[in-house]
Amino acid sequence: MAQLTYREAVAAAMAQEMRRDPNVVFLGEDIAAAGGVFKTSVGLLEEFGADRVRDTPISEQAILGATMGAAMTGLRPIAEIMFSDFFAVCWDIVANEMAKTRYMTDGQVTLPLVIRSGNGGGSRFGAQHSQAVENWAMAVPGLKVVAPALPGDVKGLLAAAIRDPDPVLFFEQKSLYATKGEVPDGEYVIELGKANVLRSGTDVTIVALALMVPRALKAAEQLEAEHGISATVVDLRSLVPLDTQTILAEVAKTGRMVTVEENPRLCGWGAEVSSIVAEELFWDLDGPIVRVTTPHIPLAAADSMEDAMLPNADRIVQAVRQLVD
Amino acid sequence: MSIVAKFQIECFSCIDADGHAVAELPEFALDRDVLIELYRWMVLTRAFDERAITLQRTGRLGTYASSLGQEAVGVGLAHAMLAEDVLLPSFREHGAQLVRGVTAGEILQFWGGDERGSDFSGPRSDFPVSIPVASQAAHAVGAALAFKLSKAQRVAVAVLGDGATSKGDFYESLNIAGAWNLPVVFVVANNQWAISVPRADQTAAATLAQKAVAAGITGLQVDGNDVVVVRKAVSDALEQARNGSRPCLIEALTYRLSDHTTVDDASRYRDDEEVSAHWQAEPIARLRKHLIAVHGWTKEEESDLVELCAAEVDESADAYLAESPQPPETIFDYTYASLPQSLVKQRGELLALLKDADNGTEHEQ
Ligand SMILES: Cc1ncc(C[n+]2csc(CCOP(=O)(O)OP(=O)(O)O)c2C)c(N)n1
Ligand SMILES: [Mg+2]
Repeated sequence: MAQLTYREAVAAAMAQEMRRDPNVVFLGEDIAAAGGVFKTSVGLLEEFGADRVRDTPISEQAILGATMGAAMTGLRPIAEIMFSDFFAVCWDIVANEMAKTRYMTDGQVTLPLVIRSGNGGGSRFGAQHSQAVENWAMAVPGLKVVAPALPGDVKGLLAAAIRDPDPVLFFEQKSLYATKGEVPDGEYVIELGKANVLRSGTDVTIVALALMVPRALKAAEQLEAEHGISATVVDLRSLVPLDTQTILAEVAKTGRMVTVEENPRLCGWGAEVSSIVAEELFWDLDGPIVRVTTPHIPLAAADSMEDAMLPNADRIVQAVRQLVD
Repeated sequence: MSIVAKFQIECFSCIDADGHAVAELPEFALDRDVLIELYRWMVLTRAFDERAITLQRTGRLGTYASSLGQEAVGVGLAHAMLAEDVLLPSFREHGAQLVRGVTAGEILQFWGGDERGSDFSGPRSDFPVSIPVASQAAHAVGAALAFKLSKAQRVAVAVLGDGATSKGDFYESLNIAGAWNLPVVFVVANNQWAISVPRADQTAAATLAQKAVAAGITGLQVDGNDVVVVRKAVSDALEQARNGSRPCLIEALTYRLSDHTTVDDASRYRDDEEVSAHWQAEPIARLRKHLIAVHGWTKEEESDLVELCAAEVDESADAYLAESPQPPETIFDYTYASLPQSLVKQRGELLALLKDADNGTEHEQ
């Protein structure tokens, strides 16, 4: 086990897979010489050379279109979209093309590609560089959607995403890049679509993703220490596939669920999880399902305003106390 | 075989790096006062950049993109525009914005994350800074369409970087501008770098100006460190566009002497020697040399001007720092013309939470 940052874990996973499979190539803006604007690919150019680690012009449509074409022609490409907001620039290729091609070729064409992207808020990047867009991706049939919170999961899940035969959108939370955690040495792969129960409690199940995971854990500690409330924390890690089994099992045990989402409220992933829980577990619930989200607004760049909008531990504590007390 | 199309790209300059006139100067450039005015805007822009970086380094401004070395592009193009024209800037055109009448305080507010900074007190029709690279090219097409339909004698001026010319929306915009013959001028500030990607890796085309050829619009290059030729070329292009004859793309050759932004460290990907060489051609020193040689610009005049610019920037920075932040609920108030009923509850909940936090409940991120 090594202590790595989240951003180092990104590079470690790509290096692991590039060593293993010469068909894995990596392309994106400022990823080679600069090692990525978030320094998530430091060392890759040096180790794998400019043929496999390619700086592109500023051409998001061509980057993803080429990623798709290369994946259909024997490569296993990883593309980087620097800020996930800029998926909007090239969404045709993702939503209309990558997601549909397997089905529209009767299953004969496979698209083993990954699109990595810096996602989410908390870093003062303003309304057009801070969006948590995993729910855009979740809404499109044919895509897999992964969003890890912990450096170890970054390595294992990114490796799995690269090996996966389908297009995977891999959302890295920008405000987590500097966080550190245990990352297993050597080859490490985690199956996609398995949620992780980070903490077991008896009163309430908090379901979270990405940046909201550390905040949910902090809230759980506070609830325990200050209010005698015992909370389970589930890190979904992946939205498609969604580990409904773990969600249902963990909510059934406590009888209460609070989802914590970074995305703006309307049609966030928590709404989907809530509807599943409502349908499947209605008679086991001891209280209403509660969603804690960013309000339905664009994020501000100013720190005080951004902090006021994103769910934090205090808000989670408050929501849980209203539900449990 | 027959040749069905042929093109050439002309590159213009007026004043070289030593301050010498290398072509017949346009009328305005014979006027000492006009040259001093252009000079003052460039010096002010540089002083502004310096101050902004200091504010960022001391935690009082967000990430900031300096225009160091490219002042002649923004100042030259904005000085050529009429008040009723519309500027659609990239994030590096502080000089252009200042000349257009956006205040230094507003620019600081913008980079400080305060959206009031895009509510310009001066040029009300100018567009806010465009963050998704190249998107302003398409907006400019729309603005130009509005001018054309209303028969207004106005021109839209979009400023983009060299990297922006690799984007699909850039090509699409040039194409529509040509097909519809719209009153629009595209200025490409080719500063040789797009974050870490050098111009040579951006495209195999010999010039960026020639991208105009495929769209059937005028394309030319100018020395973008020569404020006189920038002003002249943009002025001619505006005239042409205003008469409804043809849209234009001007590639201004300059150099990004700074890091990409305050979070970038260009030494990771770019040699210091390259940067030092480009300092020899920067725009302010050359105009100063020209002013000294041709117009008897004195040391006293120089120091007075530098002092005045510093004072102006100081005043703006002080005012910016004295401003209290906007209350968070303004995000709700400004996201829709009127807040949909279904979102009113969320606004109320947010206000209640903030009130709780103020009342001393534990407070952290
Ligand atoms: C659509 C889009 N892709 C990527 C980015 C990230 N980005 C911001 S600035 C920049 C480089 C721009 O280079 P250039 O157009 O040459 O302008 P310069 O920064 O040199 O002024 C990039 C890639 C963005 N803002 N928008
Ligand atoms: Mg550039």
